[in-house]
Amino acid sequence: MSPAKKPPPSQELIKGIWRENPVLVQLLGLCPALAVTNSVANSIAMSGAVLFVLLGSSLLVSSIKRIVPTDVRISTYILIIATFVTIADMILEASVPAVHKELGAFVALIVVNCIILGRQEAFASKNSVGRSLLDAVGMSIGFTLTMVLMGTVREVLGNGTFLGYSVLGPNYEPWVIMILPPGGFLTLGVILLVFSWVKRRSAARDKVASSIGGPAVQEAA
Amino acid sequence: MTAPAPPADVPARPSASAQRLIATLGGFGALAGLLIVSVFVVTQPTIRANKAAALAAAISEVLAAPDRYDTLYVTADALTRELPSGANAETAEAVYLGWRGEAPVGFAVVANGSGFQDNIRLIFGYDVSSAQLLGMLVLESKETPGLGDKIYKDAEFVAQFSQVHAPLVGVKEGQGNGLPTELVMITGATISSRAVIKAINATLERVGPLLAAYDVQEPRP
Amino acid sequence: MGDLVWILVSAAVVNNFTLALFLGLCPFLGVSGKVETAVRMGIANIFVMVLTALAVWVLNTFVLTAAPFLRIIAFIIVIASLVQIVEMAIKKLSPALFRALGIFLPLITTNCAILGLAIFSTNRGYGLVEGLFFAVGAGIGLTIALVLMASIRENLEPADVPDFAQNMGLVLILAGALSLAFMGFAGLFSAA
Repeated sequence: MSPAKKPPPSQELIKGIWRENPVLVQLLGLCPALAVTNSVANSIAMSGAVLFVLLGSSLLVSSIKRIVPTDVRISTYILIIATFVTIADMILEASVPAVHKELGAFVALIVVNCIILGRQEAFASKNSVGRSLLDAVGMSIGFTLTMVLMGTVREVLGNGTFLGYSVLGPNYEPWVIMILPPGGFLTLGVILLVFSWVKRRSAARDKVASSIGGPAVQEAA
Repeated sequence: MTAPAPPADVPARPSASAQRLIATLGGFGALAGLLIVSVFVVTQPTIRANKAAALAAAISEVLAAPDRYDTLYVTADALTRELPSGANAETAEAVYLGWRGEAPVGFAVVANGSGFQDNIRLIFGYDVSSAQLLGMLVLESKETPGLGDKIYKDAEFVAQFSQVHAPLVGVKEGQGNGLPTELVMITGATISSRAVIKAINATLERVGPLLAAYDVQEPRP
Repeated sequence: MGDLVWILVSAAVVNNFTLALFLGLCPFLGVSGKVETAVRMGIANIFVMVLTALAVWVLNTFVLTAAPFLRIIAFIIVIASLVQIVEMAIKKLSPALFRALGIFLPLITTNCAILGLAIFSTNRGYGLVEGLFFAVGAGIGLTIALVLMASIRENLEPADVPDFAQNMGLVLILAGALSLAFMGFAGLFSAA
């Protein structure tokens, strides 16, 4: 059986942003996506922590993949991830204590964030260091974009501010629900619905485009 | 039915010996420990300094800017300057005696209480001789944004805590007899307001006698 | 005693682990298709949570005071081992129970609800008894959320849902509605 042709390196980077977006497509890492997106600042801080942990773990896991026996690989990955999370937690607490307080336990919960372990198991343990790094960066970018999108929607609608700056004027009565837990669920739910609708529309359009010239088949959009 | 072939880019590994498994895990465990301890040593001083600064700022706010403060630990029968044996410096309950020059300003006391949503943690300044509160600062709260969070966002509500006398009696807006112990609660957030009042009263009932019994003129080492 | 009851009720409904604290979402979204599986997942969770609370207390009291920076690593290792041991024990002691519950146990290891329980318990400084009440309350809360979502989804199956909405987006919006409903529990035990 010939090995599958590897996609070009740039693909590894880009796929994490849209096609294999960790939150919107793979539905991983939802706990932080909902919990800390009540403000854009918190979303950015959490994304930064995830980037650090993902990069570090992918780098290390990919470098050592040949010397780790299969039987203990998951335990080793978890150990590595936990180490980076602990380091990220301490660095956050030392440099931005106010943000660290807002993020609370969710920095530590990055350990069980399925995105990180998932990428190690599915990719970093089977690919070169270079590709793994690209994959990590791509996934992190996808994660960050989603987090910031959710944070923006929730903060602007729920608080009238963006990054603390008032954007909707003093007469705006904020939809407080958006920065409360239900708002998190609703925001992500609506984003997923829009995402799914866009995908179906473009898939239907592709079908119509490819069927022109062949037997005329009308696809319902 | 044939077994699926392993991915071609990962060489098939023979099942490793127990020695190898333990060696791998142990090795990574040691590396992890080393990394974490180094980051810990580097960040701990900053983290401690941040916490001390935050505490000093809180005390300064509720005691109207004292020059310095003594940390006194609460034991069952008295306040002590030394940490009681077996207690942890980070978690032992303490009150803070503020000084301006050679004159004691008052005690800063931390109180906890169950609010509308979750626990509320606050610090208040207290003058023992006149049983008057000198200020109040909410340290942690998860009260409803727009309603319960007025316990720290409503300047008028917070300002009352610089004049009211203990034990606090909560009254609704417009009611009340003008007694110095009366505190006007926030309309629409009476439960959160009452939580603050109960927390302060309960703490004073428990710690008040110890504060009164403490000899501020005790010669300092 | 009132405090302990509050801890349990708060974790179960007022600050529900899934609907208010966003923990345990993987099982919540993945396993809430049928009421029966939801109940089993919930019970497995309660079981592991109580054992975790015990282990966390032991760790915090005897081991971690000397090395607080090892907390995360220690917790995750203990949780993973605990789940492994529980799985083996159930397999041996009660094959019937294993058939019913067993498949969910490995899913629980990377479940943020368990680690979240350990961390919240530590941050709030709970002792042994408080930690156990917290664990039971959290487990009950998780089960309630799972079962509610499962019953709604079961009832939705024959409904005419538009094509593009037949995915997690709808489940999340339902979760939002549930979360909103649970906000009504705030203020429980508070006198007006």
